[in-house]
Formats: sequence, C-alpha cells, structure tokens
Amino acid sequence: MSQAYKIKSYCHIEEGGLSLNGQVLYADTSKPFAEFIKAAYKAENTKYSKFFKMDNLSKLAFLAADVLLKNEKINPEEAQDIAIVFSNKSSSLNTDRKHQNTIEDSSNYFPSPAIFVYTLPNICIGEISIKYKLNSENSFFIFERFNANHLKTYSDILLSKNKAKEVLCGWVDFDDEGHYKAFLYLVALEGDIDNNEQEINKLYNI
Amino acid sequence: MDALKQELKEFIIEQLNLEDINVEDIGNDDALFGDGLGLDSIDALELIVMLDKNYGIKLTDPKQGRAIFESINTMADYITAHRTTN
Repeated sequence: MSQAYKIKSYCHIEEGGLSLNGQVLYADTSKPFAEFIKAAYKAENTKYSKFFKMDNLSKLAFLAADVLLKNEKINPEEAQDIAIVFSNKSSSLNTDRKHQNTIEDSSNYFPSPAIFVYTLPNICIGEISIKYKLNSENSFFIFERFNANHLKTYSDILLSKNKAKEVLCGWVDFDDEGHYKAFLYLVALEGDIDNNEQEINKLYNI
Repeated sequence: MDALKQELKEFIIEQLNLEDINVEDIGNDDALFGDGLGLDSIDALELIVMLDKNYGIKLTDPKQGRAIFESINTMADYITAHRTTN
C-alpha cells in the first residue's frame, strides 16, 4: 500500500490579498500589482533586495514561497531537501510581451538583458532555490487549467522515491494586472490535510 | 559633467530597480559592483545596452566594462570622451 502524504501548509496571493493557511496576512485591493506586491513584501518583513529586480511572476512565486517556508521555520542558511513542482497557464507571457516590446521596432532594437532573463517560467523556481539553498528536483508544467491530479501524482512519486523529504507544489500564474494567482502548498509525511485531489482543489478554490 | 553624473545615477536607480536608494546615496567614486552598490552581471549587461541606446557607444569587448563601470566618475569620463549622440 502506498504512503499517504499530507499537506502541511498553504499560501494564496490573488486579487490584492496574501493569506497563509486561510488567514489573511495582508490585503489591499486598491493598488496596482507592482505596488501591492511591494507593500505585501514589506508587510512580511521580507529582506531580499534581489526581489525588486524580479519580474511579476517571480515576485508572485517568491513571496508566496517565502511566506510559507518562513512559517515552517525553514532556515535559508542551510541546504534543504525540498523539491518544487509548479504549474500555470500563462507561462512567462507577461514578461515575454515586455521583451517583445523592446525588439519589435528594428530601428529601436534594444533588448533588455534584465527582462530577457525572465522569459522562462521556471526562473521563479531558481529565485526560490537560491534564497533557500534548494538543490533538489524541480519542474514547471504548463496546463490549460489547474491540475490537482498531476500535482498530487508528481509529489507522491518524488516523496515515495526519496527524491525529496518535502515538496513545494502549486500554481503560480501572472497574465496581466487583473489576472494573477499564486497558490502554493507544502507536501510532507506529516500534516493536517490529506494530499489528495479533492483537498488540493478545495484549497485552490478558497 | 555634473548633469551627466546625475543622469547616470537616476538611470541606475530607476532601470536597475535599486530599492530604498536615492541619488544622494551614490557617491561619484563609490564602487558600483562588488561591495559597493552591489550591482550584478545582468546589471552590467543592462549598462552596456544603456551606453548604446542613450549615448551611441557600442562596447565591442564586454571586458572593457570592468574599468568603465567602476564608478559614476569613470562612466561619465568614458561617455564624455566617446559619446556619438547628444
């Protein structure tokens, strides 16, 4: 019989709100995303100057992961055995569009290196891995819609094959100002919520 | 020259997304990389693009950047001597 894994904790960032395990930590629906995420970062006392150089998708993923991992008392100074399995619909489209704007006019062709480096969705995994010294397995999948079954299956395999002790899973999507969402959760041997499709979908839709 | 140095500081803060740093915080001789302002390799590439876009200066050898981008003073000196646009 296969081991039943658990969800230890989860974090949401969407529509101007940041919550951890269902508890609102910061909310301001009046601000555009750039101001909201900066204010949420400061409210959470997240000291990481490279945050301000990240693209919107990485800011979204990084802050959600940081809030969740800090709550788990993860020490960023020690190497961690936590795998990452992320997914979304828009890939890095928001940044891809910005890059396109810098190269579409051949008479004004100045691609920005700082924008170009974020034209892949899995760069956000790198940002989290650098901060938390994660040298573990990681994957980023593109789906038409949230796919709880895939995340459950993939995290179960990683844990049962001893590829990692815990798996940071979820959905982090940034299309434009009005369409963004991060839902990350940590899967491990112990926790209060079953790591099954029904529970994952329930948490996603909170 | 002072106007150029002011312009460079404003560009660096704005375009390189330096949070909580003001123009007054950057000395003309302060190191921009390493223990100074803490700029990184992507910032260096961004500065190379800025030289081309704003001042018409094309660096053919990126290694030149090490000396040019040492400080605001070295950048301003190089731009003044090599700029092809006003």
